[in-house]
Amino acid sequence: MNFFKRTIPLIIAFIMGIMMAFQYYVPHEASQSLLKVVTRWGITIAGFAVFIGAYSLFHLHWNKIKRKVPGWGYSTFVFFGAGITIIFGLYNGGEFFLHDKQEGTMFDWMYFNVQVPAGATMFSILAFFMASAAYRTFRARTSEATILLIAAVIVMLGRVPVGALIWEFLPPIADWIMSVPNMAAKRGILIGVSIGAIATSLRIIFGIERAYLGGGD
Amino acid sequence: MDKKTDVSILTWILVAFCVINIFFLVTGKLGFDAKGLGIITAVALTLAMYSFLYKDNPVFKIAENLFVGVAMGYWIIITWFNILKPDVFEQLIVPFFKDTGNAPQYIVIIPTLLGIFMLLRFSDKLSWLSRWSFAFVVGLGAGITIPNFIHAFILKQLTFDSLIAGSLPDSINNFLILLGVVSVLIYFFFSLEHKGVIGGVSRIGVWFLMIAFGASFGFTVMARMSLLIGRIQFLIRDWLGIIQ
Repeated sequence: MNFFKRTIPLIIAFIMGIMMAFQYYVPHEASQSLLKVVTRWGITIAGFAVFIGAYSLFHLHWNKIKRKVPGWGYSTFVFFGAGITIIFGLYNGGEFFLHDKQEGTMFDWMYFNVQVPAGATMFSILAFFMASAAYRTFRARTSEATILLIAAVIVMLGRVPVGALIWEFLPPIADWIMSVPNMAAKRGILIGVSIGAIATSLRIIFGIERAYLGGGD
Repeated sequence: MDKKTDVSILTWILVAFCVINIFFLVTGKLGFDAKGLGIITAVALTLAMYSFLYKDNPVFKIAENLFVGVAMGYWIIITWFNILKPDVFEQLIVPFFKDTGNAPQYIVIIPTLLGIFMLLRFSDKLSWLSRWSFAFVVGLGAGITIPNFIHAFILKQLTFDSLIAGSLPDSINNFLILLGVVSVLIYFFFSLEHKGVIGGVSRIGVWFLMIAFGASFGFTVMARMSLLIGRIQFLIRDWLGIIQ
């Protein structure tokens, strides 16, 4: 049984890894269609994985409601929001879910009037918290911290009209920071990260890295 | 502030919100249709989210949980329409039961089975089958990563423009980019002790990194500010109609 539980997954990862790595270097139509088909399979599997996420979320909130933990009432809004969106999505403007997705339905209304504004507002709140955290923690105690502070201030001021009013050279300096020193450092980081990703990929393909198999038998 | 004051503030805001919207609906400024009701819903959620800036409160928590639920519902439906319906239902199941002129694509059974195996993660006895699905996805990702990362993130990033460019500023910029990349890489190279020349170059790398972190911070703050401006614009233009 151990063969099915541990060895077969390692074989699958090895075959898929080697096949996809070599596929890149084969300039043939069959190689391109293999990439297309297998990538689509990966997306299909990921599609099923959405239901794992949904189960985890609903399970968490259902337990909160069942055990009546403090604030359990808010969890009902998760089910309300999901339920109403799923119903509108399945109803599909009267065409139902077996037909192609219709435009301008209540499902789209939910997206544009609930999800988009709530998401944008949620992320915009971070502007306040980042500014507040920066005010409390940014101190030019060392030369490195001073460089970071100056770069941040220049980029922030250079991106808004008031920056040009303060000093006309602020926007071009901000652009220069983004396109020269910032890009140089990002390139260095990217090269390092890529070498790490390639090393990890090789470890996965050759079965050295097995964390994705999880624990147990 | 005590709870009584909080309840009082919340009540007055709710009353003001209702009065304003009823006024807009009665005067025809907002239509009693999908668009008008959509604006009112979006405004309610925007204000509920911003109420967190005062303190954590029930209105924010309701909006937050509603948002999470709607987002999950949205992804379930989009997954069906964009992935499962075209790739599994229409290619395998429909032609199997109905004569559509196309033969069932039996090869689709492989990703379908692997997808179902993934859901078996919740079964005590069969959860090990989900490893086959994870192995497929992880192996696929690892295989694609190696050549693509070598090409796009290593070889392409090592391509530099000539140090002797058309103009002096361009030459200086090209030199700074080269210096920045090399010094940052040396900073992350721990096989040599950071002393002497290596220490000096790695210190230059730290300066480049600090500039990059500062720039990233500033850029992120301004991206959030842009979202904030967008929401404020929505409130005072689309809802209140103060600006056009």
